[in-house]
Amino acid sequence: MAQCVKKINCIVCPLSCVGEVTLEDGKIKEITGFTCDRGNKYGEEEVTLPKRTLTTTVKVDGGELPLLPVVSKAPLPKDKVMDCARYLSTVSVKAPVAEGDIVCSNILGLGVDIVATRDLGVFSAN
Amino acid sequence: MLNIDKADIVIIGGGITGTAIARELSKYELDVVLFEKAPDIGVGSTKANSAILHAGFDAKPGSLKAIMNVRGNKLYHDLEEELGLDVKWTGSLVVAVNDEEMETLKELLERGRTNGVPGLEIISREEVLAKEPNITQTVKGALWAPSAGIFLPFGAALAFAENAIKNGVKVVTDCPVEEIVTEGGKITGVRTKHGFVAAKYVINSAGVHADEVSRLAGDDSFVIKPRKGEYVFFDKKVSSMVKNVLFPTPSKVSKGILVAPTVHGNIFIGPNAQGVEDKEDVATSLGGLGEIIAKAQQLIPNLPMGAAITQFSGLRAAADGDGDFVIRPSTITQGLIHAAGIQSPGLTSAPAIAEETGNILRSQGVELKPKANFDPVNPRKIIFRELSHEAQQELIAKNPLYGRVICRCETITEAEILEAIHGLCGARTVDAVKRRTRAGMGRCQGGFCGPRVTAILARELNVSVTAVRKDTAESYLFFDKMTADSKEALQ
Amino acid sequence: MSDLNYDIAIIGGGPAGLAAAHSACQSGAKRVLIIERDRELGGILQQCIHNGFGLHKFQEELTGPGYASRYIKLVKQDAEVEIMLDTMVLEVTDDKTIWAVNPQKGFMQITPKAVIFTMGCRERTRGAIRIPGFRPAGVFTAGAAQRMVNMEGYLPGKKIVILGSGDIGLIMARRMSLEGAKVQGVLEIMPYSNGLTRNIVQCLEDYDIPLHLSHTITKIHGTERVTGVTCAAVDEKMQPIPGTEFDIECDCLLLSVGLIPENELSQAAGVTLDNITGGPVVDQQRQTSLSGFFAAGNVVHVHDLVDFVSEEGEIAGKYAAQFAAGTLEAPVRTIAVAAGDGIRTVVPQKIALPDNPTEAVRLFMRVAKPDKKVTISVTSNDQTLVERRFPVAKPSEMIVVEVPAAKLLNAGEQLAVSLQSKQGGEA
Repeated sequence: MAQCVKKINCIVCPLSCVGEVTLEDGKIKEITGFTCDRGNKYGEEEVTLPKRTLTTTVKVDGGELPLLPVVSKAPLPKDKVMDCARYLSTVSVKAPVAEGDIVCSNILGLGVDIVATRDLGVFSAN
Repeated sequence: MLNIDKADIVIIGGGITGTAIARELSKYELDVVLFEKAPDIGVGSTKANSAILHAGFDAKPGSLKAIMNVRGNKLYHDLEEELGLDVKWTGSLVVAVNDEEMETLKELLERGRTNGVPGLEIISREEVLAKEPNITQTVKGALWAPSAGIFLPFGAALAFAENAIKNGVKVVTDCPVEEIVTEGGKITGVRTKHGFVAAKYVINSAGVHADEVSRLAGDDSFVIKPRKGEYVFFDKKVSSMVKNVLFPTPSKVSKGILVAPTVHGNIFIGPNAQGVEDKEDVATSLGGLGEIIAKAQQLIPNLPMGAAITQFSGLRAAADGDGDFVIRPSTITQGLIHAAGIQSPGLTSAPAIAEETGNILRSQGVELKPKANFDPVNPRKIIFRELSHEAQQELIAKNPLYGRVICRCETITEAEILEAIHGLCGARTVDAVKRRTRAGMGRCQGGFCGPRVTAILARELNVSVTAVRKDTAESYLFFDKMTADSKEALQ
Repeated sequence: MSDLNYDIAIIGGGPAGLAAAHSACQSGAKRVLIIERDRELGGILQQCIHNGFGLHKFQEELTGPGYASRYIKLVKQDAEVEIMLDTMVLEVTDDKTIWAVNPQKGFMQITPKAVIFTMGCRERTRGAIRIPGFRPAGVFTAGAAQRMVNMEGYLPGKKIVILGSGDIGLIMARRMSLEGAKVQGVLEIMPYSNGLTRNIVQCLEDYDIPLHLSHTITKIHGTERVTGVTCAAVDEKMQPIPGTEFDIECDCLLLSVGLIPENELSQAAGVTLDNITGGPVVDQQRQTSLSGFFAAGNVVHVHDLVDFVSEEGEIAGKYAAQFAAGTLEAPVRTIAVAAGDGIRTVVPQKIALPDNPTEAVRLFMRVAKPDKKVTISVTSNDQTLVERRFPVAKPSEMIVVEVPAAKLLNAGEQLAVSLQSKQGGEA
């Protein structure tokens, strides 16, 4: 039985607890050290299918600002974050935009929407 | 494309020397073109020095340095008025901290009097402390030179250039001279990326590159051996630290490391002196900065290092041999006139060097016929932060862009930045705007205004933000984002 | 010259100013002016497009713009609030006259009854830390670069080295990577990073970006554009160790080497500053040494959680409103608050004790070095008023200790805040 212990720095909240996840034959045997449920869940996920929230910008057409900040509504698989960011670099939205508007639905088929994190009005010459 | 195919005089190099000569020659009925290789004038030694109008006691009597220094110092009094130069006649002190140095002061006093420097006197320890309360307690006395001053060398070069342009000189930047064409030992013209310009006379005021330019014309009679000097600049809020220009007692090699005010209220320390091989080497160094701080602390022990805001260095264009200025016609190539080897006191000497260059041209047979409509005066620039509230309000009512402050630290408005860009010798880079307006010279060092100035330059010059440069020809600041569908190659 | 009478003028429309404005209205102020130099409200938050904001305040992880949006919406609904954008304050005099300019109204003389300073901070520059070398294009402070990337839409470079491992540097390491740039490494002069562990993980480890602790930059190369940096290890005095130099190729150096509260206006007005925080000395109501002048947010001391910035803004707004209405109770006495052993800074530095105090005073502090299992005590005249235990204490994470009103009555002329360590030394 191959056992390995992974040390995980939790990133869920600023306490940054350090936990340990013990794997036996690739399956989780034990999770210790985290001080809350979110931490335990993070520890579990980080070892099996690590996820990260993506924040970036997309271009805006005719907006009062040239860029719109966006966020993934749910965390994305960690190994797909860069691909999603590169994809969003090609995306452009038309102003006006409202906070929460979906800028990209089901990005790269991962089941996660990318939404605007602020309102952005139409460019006015004044 | 440049529409110049001939000129009477070509000036190579747009530093303090070249621009002063351009201004001098603009008084006469002559077709003059000045070529400057960088995107702006005055970006060599002219923008990185101690900014002092020396009294003239330092140079060897009878040398060109001595003669030009004293004459130039006098000429600046008139130029200050005509061209609206920023000058403060602070006077300078050479500080002695032991008996040996006091003896050296006496030598400087004698030398100064021989050179014709007015008002020199040796003052006592008490008098020095009264003038400079923060000076080292070990002071024994000082040489007081009331005719010394501080000014803005880049501002002067710009004023010279603007007045020259106003009076018909063409100033071409971003344009190195690639070839000096001669026939039978006589100059026939110069070649740049814009083509050939026929000319019989070329003035070599190319700073650290003057020996290279000379060689382009077949004259290898001198070599420039650059000497680097490093500086540390301090925040205006510690301006009370020193009132006069403070020199230590000099050595054979250099005037020493000063502590001095600038005409706009900053304080600086420096320069050290280090020979360099590479003419592009204007890097500051840990050792160099350490050296100037240690030496400056010998003059002003409580140097407020926490208030240091920037460091830079410049190169002295020192000629080999006796190190004196090289102001003479070439003995090898007819038509080539050197105004080279202009190290300290080059800034002070510039107007006198310009006069002398005129004399040399006359001696070569060039007719210097005064221009009837020569206008010696530059219009005064509007400096928003110096105006009264009423005047500021009036200004904004006429031009709303005086109401948008772009540089918070120095209170520079968008209108002033536009003036700098669209002036007679307009700014085309971020640092060119900085030198003309002071935007970016404050304590945040362009952190707030830099991106804004970049955007304004892009807008006014009708180029993309990515085409805006910091200072030198290839100093691009920003890049377009790399989109997944673009062809940008990544490491 | 237009004459503008307000109850309160707030200089700076970032999170501190927005919270102050809303709170002032809630506390009865009738005319509140926010003066903002940028083209929109929100301050630095608008360029902080990453998340992690508002965990305390809203129990949610918002992005910077999302957090700003909450307050901007509140303030836009407050009828008492007037907003001036694209407006720069040139001077504030101690009689509460504010001289400001903008292109539309020109030169203005604003005369409020109370002033709140919420100007935030500026970044420490290359010149201030004296990095030797050339001065090529491509050296930027991390915040200025962040604005270009996130708001103007340009990259400061494509091969990046970052000096400073505080959160701003770490966030930019990730941001530049997401934009397709190669981040060669992060250098940190201290033997530990000042940033949150979560940022080390998701900004450096996730992107395989090396972190060089106890290192600094000894030379910047490149005559026109940055071509690389020379790095060296440093000793305990943070001086470069000769012989440890190595070069990193890059076209851009981002500096994340500290923030400085921006107090040019406050200092010129005559407000007393605290040499260590860099901001005004304030009492628990956030009033400065000048009567009727208040301050909140990064201008008082550099924060790491925007939630505390909002809290400070709310305090300043509330008491500025009382001051403007003439109802601010004069204190019975003033208690000084001093940072003792193990504590680097404490705000407020004074407590203006009212007759019958009912409100607790929250002391916001930073410890001097990272530690574990510490006890922070607030004492006065050898009496311990409050004692709190913390499993972890880091200089980069502001700590709040609350002193109940009842305890304040027992306090002498000075409160001392100090730290005792069970473990001692680095975390």
